[in-house]
Amino acid sequence: MNDAQPQVAADPEDGPPGQAVSETDAGRAGSLDRFGDRDVILRTEGITKSFGALIVLRGIDIYLRRGEVLGLVGDNGSGKSTLVKILCGFHRQDEGEIFVEGERAVFHSVKDARQRGIETVYQDLALVPALTVYQNLFLNREITRFGPLRWLSSNKMRQMARQYLDDIKVQVSSVDALVESMSGGQRQAVALARATHQESKILLLDEPLAAMGAKESALVIDLVKDLSHNRGVSMIIIDHNYQHLFELCDRLNVLQEGRISLDLRVEDTTMEELTAHMIAEYRRRIMLGQQELRV
Amino acid sequence: MRRVSDVFFARPEATIFVVCVALIAYFAYRNSTFYSYYNIVVMTQYMAPIAVIGAGEVLLLDLAEIDLSSGQVFLTAPWFVVIMGQHGVPLGWGIGLSLLICCLIGAFNGSIVVWLRVPSFVATLGVNYVLAGWVLIASSDITTDMPGTTGKFGAWFGLSNWSEGLWGLGIVLLIWALLKGTKFGVHTTATGGNELGAAEAGVRVRRIKIWCFVIIALVAGFIGIIDSIRIGSLDPAAPGLNEMLAGVTAAVIGGTALTGGKATVVGTLIGAIVLGVLEDGFNLIGISANWFILVEGAVILAAMAINVQLGRWTLKTARR
Repeated sequence: MNDAQPQVAADPEDGPPGQAVSETDAGRAGSLDRFGDRDVILRTEGITKSFGALIVLRGIDIYLRRGEVLGLVGDNGSGKSTLVKILCGFHRQDEGEIFVEGERAVFHSVKDARQRGIETVYQDLALVPALTVYQNLFLNREITRFGPLRWLSSNKMRQMARQYLDDIKVQVSSVDALVESMSGGQRQAVALARATHQESKILLLDEPLAAMGAKESALVIDLVKDLSHNRGVSMIIIDHNYQHLFELCDRLNVLQEGRISLDLRVEDTTMEELTAHMIAEYRRRIMLGQQELRV
Repeated sequence: MRRVSDVFFARPEATIFVVCVALIAYFAYRNSTFYSYYNIVVMTQYMAPIAVIGAGEVLLLDLAEIDLSSGQVFLTAPWFVVIMGQHGVPLGWGIGLSLLICCLIGAFNGSIVVWLRVPSFVATLGVNYVLAGWVLIASSDITTDMPGTTGKFGAWFGLSNWSEGLWGLGIVLLIWALLKGTKFGVHTTATGGNELGAAEAGVRVRRIKIWCFVIIALVAGFIGIIDSIRIGSLDPAAPGLNEMLAGVTAAVIGGTALTGGKATVVGTLIGAIVLGVLEDGFNLIGISANWFILVEGAVILAAMAINVQLGRWTLKTARR
C-alpha cells in the first residue's frame, strides 16, 4: 500500500476535483464521519471476494447517498458485477462490512437484502420469459391467501401491477402478456418496475442498457431518471457506455483489478478525462507488475 | 385469424384437444361399442395411470428435468405393500409406509440431481433399474396377489368401476391447481424458464426441484397401488419404462415443452385421453396393436411439429 499512486479526490468536500489523495484514503470516502448518517444510505468497508484462487475484490469501500446515482465503471472482470451481487445478497463477501442507513447489514440471501430495501436489475434481467408481466413483477413476492396453501391472489396482483406500471409510465400491452413476447426495452422496463415497485430505497442496475437500440435505451434512461428524480431512489449503475453513465449518474467510481481507483463527481469531469485516467491507471499497474517481477 | 392464433399460443393444449375430439368422433362413428358404459370405464382405467404419471412429469418437464423412474415407482409401490404385508404390517400401514418410501425415492432422485449435479435423465434411469432389480429379487420373480382386493376398502381404492378414473382425475386436478394456482407452481415455472433469474429473484430453486421429484414419486406410487388393487396381482417383470414413456408422451403431445418453463396439466390429461382413445379405438375397429405404436409415434411427431410452429408464428406476430 505504501507505494500506491495518488488518486483523484473522492468528493469536493475533500478539496477541489482532481486533487490527489492516497489510496488508503480514497476508499474511505464513504466514512460516516465525513458525510453523516443522514446522507449516506449504503456504505461498504473493506469488501473482499475470491472465487477459488481468483481474487475479484480487494477491499472495496464505497458509499451511496440518498437519491444519488452512482456509476461503477471498469473493464470486464474488474469485479463490478461481483460487487453488485454481494450488495444484493446473491454472493457473500469473504471479508468486509455492509452498512445500510448506518446499520451493519448481513445478507444471507437476496431476500435479506430486499428486506433492507435493496433491489437489483441483473445483466440477465432475471425475468422469466414464460411468465406474464404481473407474475414477473411479483416473482417471489406473490400475494397469497388461504395460509399455508399459498394460493395466489392473481386478480389483486394484476390490479396492483397495472396501477404501478401506469404510475411509472411503463407501457405494456397487458399485464397478462408473456414476457417472451416483449421487446428488449420493454423487458428492461418491466425488470426496473419489478425492482422498484416494493418501495425499494436502493436500486442496483447491472448493465441495464446492454444490447439495446437507441429507442429502447431512451425508454429505460427516462425511467431511471424518473425513479431517481421523482421517487428519490438511490442507485448504483454498472455500464460500459460512458455516454449513458454521464447522462444518468451523479458520481462515478472506477473499479480496476478489484479496487476502486477513482471516485469523482460527473459534473467535475469529462469522458476524455475519465478515459485518460483509466489508461494511465492500467499503465501504472502494468509497470508495477513489471517492477514486482524484477524484484 | 389473429384471435385463433392467440388461442393456440395462450393454450398450447388446444391442438391436442382438436385431435382428441376428432378421434372420439371417428371411433364413435366406426363402432357404437366405443361409447358404451363398460368401454368408457375400461378407458378411464387405462388412462388414469398415464394421466397421473404424465401430470407428475409435467412438473419436472416444467423444470426442464425428467423422471425416468416414475413408471418403475408406479410398479414398485405395490410390491412394498406386499412385502410389508408378508412381514405382518397391516394393509393401511403398509400403504402409508409404501408411499413414504416413494417420497424418499423422489427425494433421493432430486438430491442426486440438485446436489451431485447428475442430469436427471441419467440419475432417474439408474434409480429405475435399481428398483426394477429390487422387485425381481424381492419377489423371486414370482407373480403375487395384491392384498386389499376385497370389501369396501378395495371398492374405494380401485375395485369399483370408476374408482381408479376418479382417483386419477382428482390427482391430476390437484397437480393442475398446484401448478397454476399456487406460489409453488409459479416458482416451478420460473425455475424451469430461467433458473439463474429465478435464483437471483430469491426463489429456492433447489428446494423446488427436490419437491417436484417427491411429488411425482408420491403420485406414481399411489396410482400404482390403486391400479394393482384393481388388477389383483403383481407381475415382477412388468417394464416400468413403458408407463413412464406413456406419461411423458401424454405430456408432450398435450403441449408441454421439454425445454422447461412451458407446461400444461390440462393438455397432459387430454393427451392421456388421446392415448386411451387410440388404444381402445384401434382394438374395437380390429386394427392390430402394432399399428397403435406406429400411430402413437406419428401423433407425437405431428403434435410437436404443430405446437412448435404455432408457437414460433404467434411469437412473431405478438412482437410486431
